[in-house]
Amino acid sequence: MTAVTARGALAIGLARGAVELRQFFRQKETVVFTFSLPVLLLVLLGSVFGDVYPETGLPASQLFAAGMIGAGIISTSFVSMGIGVALDREDGTLKRLRGTPMPALSYFLGKMVLVAVSSLAQAALMLAIAVWLFDLTLPTAPGKWLTFAWIFVLGVTGCAALGVAASSLARSVNGAAAGMNIVYLALQFISGVFITPVSALPAAMVSVSSFFPVKWMCQGLRSVFLPEEAARYEMAGQWELGLTALVLGAWCVAGLLLCRLVFRWTNRRE
Amino acid sequence: MIENVNAVEVHGLRKDYAGVSAVAGIDLDIRRGEIFALLGPNGAGKTTTVEILEGHRRRTSGEVRVLGEDPGRAGGAWRARIGIVLQTASDAAELTVAESLRHFAGYYPHPRDPGEVVHLVGLEEKAGSRIRTLSGGQRRRLDVALGIIGRPELLFLDEPTTGFDPEVRRRFWALIERLAADGTTILLTTHYLDEAEALADRVAVLAGGRVVAEGTPATLGGRAEAEAVVRWTDAEGVHERRTQRPTTLVNELSAGGGELAGLTITRPSLEDTYLELIGERS
Ligand SMILES: Nc1ncnc2c1ncn2[C@@H]1O[C@H](COP(=O)(O)OP(=O)(O)OP(=O)(O)O)[C@@H](O)[C@H]1O
Ligand SMILES: [Mg+2]
Repeated sequence: MTAVTARGALAIGLARGAVELRQFFRQKETVVFTFSLPVLLLVLLGSVFGDVYPETGLPASQLFAAGMIGAGIISTSFVSMGIGVALDREDGTLKRLRGTPMPALSYFLGKMVLVAVSSLAQAALMLAIAVWLFDLTLPTAPGKWLTFAWIFVLGVTGCAALGVAASSLARSVNGAAAGMNIVYLALQFISGVFITPVSALPAAMVSVSSFFPVKWMCQGLRSVFLPEEAARYEMAGQWELGLTALVLGAWCVAGLLLCRLVFRWTNRRE
Repeated sequence: MIENVNAVEVHGLRKDYAGVSAVAGIDLDIRRGEIFALLGPNGAGKTTTVEILEGHRRRTSGEVRVLGEDPGRAGGAWRARIGIVLQTASDAAELTVAESLRHFAGYYPHPRDPGEVVHLVGLEEKAGSRIRTLSGGQRRRLDVALGIIGRPELLFLDEPTTGFDPEVRRRFWALIERLAADGTTILLTTHYLDEAEALADRVAVLAGGRVVAEGTPATLGGRAEAEAVVRWTDAEGVHERRTQRPTTLVNELSAGGGELAGLTITRPSLEDTYLELIGERS
């Protein structure tokens, strides 16, 4: 690819991002549904966890809330991306684009813009609720926010790529929506999102979830929003940020490769 | 790449779906600047053929060249030279007409002005409306607009006028003639024989995945040579005679220059010829 067409692909990708955002935010119901499901879980489950851990005096609801922010981001990247691409396949968006000179890369750039914006909005919304209802304190150290930034970028990129790949396995929007939500729900459960602390889960279960991004995103975000001593409630008794970067980075690469392998422009199998 | 006189060349094209042939070996040549119409009953294989030429479907076998390239392999530069109007579309429901045209114009190196295109398809009043609020015919006009926004050399139209009211249909015909006059090659499918007759330089009739007839609308299926029916009325009532030479007959009948009451001379319409061609198959 020459420099000119690469620049063209970027410019068209940004234009697609604008169009994706416009279309997304004009569908009020989808917007409300996308953002409110993780928020609802956060509020309801967070209110149920009334315990305070004796060793640290930390409320269980804070532990849960910090991890739930990660789960919220995964919902707007993995689940929304997968359903969005399946929808584009079903309503003919992808077929129309396929008939134009638009580079395939631009389509994905546009989707990434949408996912980045909606994930950031989701994170901000959930963070605000966690601060308001569960007295989570926002970190002031720039280092913590830097950690948040790389976890967000790696996690969202990897999950979005996996979402695209997963959508290509489904034959319809309904199939994609059901399948992705099942995977998402199961991974949240075995990653200890709903059970705090994660060490309360059977070790074998957490060993399985350790292969997937959910556990590491949630653990990483707990390291950002909880005090140092909360690390004792992790499986390894520490934050393991190096390993987190490794696993999330590996999923980015694997997700992008999978995308290239299984992505389909149409639903038709000929 | 050799630029030849044909925009589309098809030889022995086949397309099988699970062992059943939707297209069973067809040959087509479409010259540059020509308006070519594909006719045929439901399920004849029109959409399958057109979508193979557009690069949307893979062929089972056969040779296909579109603007000198194999549509199964061609890239973005080739796509910038074609325009596609699919048989059905329901995408981009939340964008407005003007937004979608402006956005799609950005994909092409030499696009038409979006405002001009809105005018060409007569959607000025709907330019600011969300696409999901358009009527069926308006939505179809937007599809046509998106098909020509990139100033294509070759335009594919799969049943473009479905749902158009008669006035809009005439405007559409004028638009197609204007595009052709500017040098655009046009391949359209239609179920309206008056449309094929009004627009097409050449037509091909597809039935059961094969070309059963090909020619100009005037000569299709031996139409020009078919017997004419001469009808007239006199004191004895209505007469009807079939003849190869209607002029001679009329001359004889009106020897001395007498007026023949109720005189009509008709040849089979394109529709008669078409139905006969289709009927032969089934
Ligand atoms: N994806 C597919 N899988 C299986 N069969 C198909 C597929 N697409 C088309 N067919 C079959 O191929 C034949 C030709 O279909 P095609 O859509 O090309 O017809 P058409 O001439 O465009 O008809 P219409 O006038 O109704 O649009 C039909 O019998 C159809 O059922
Ligand atoms: Mg068709």
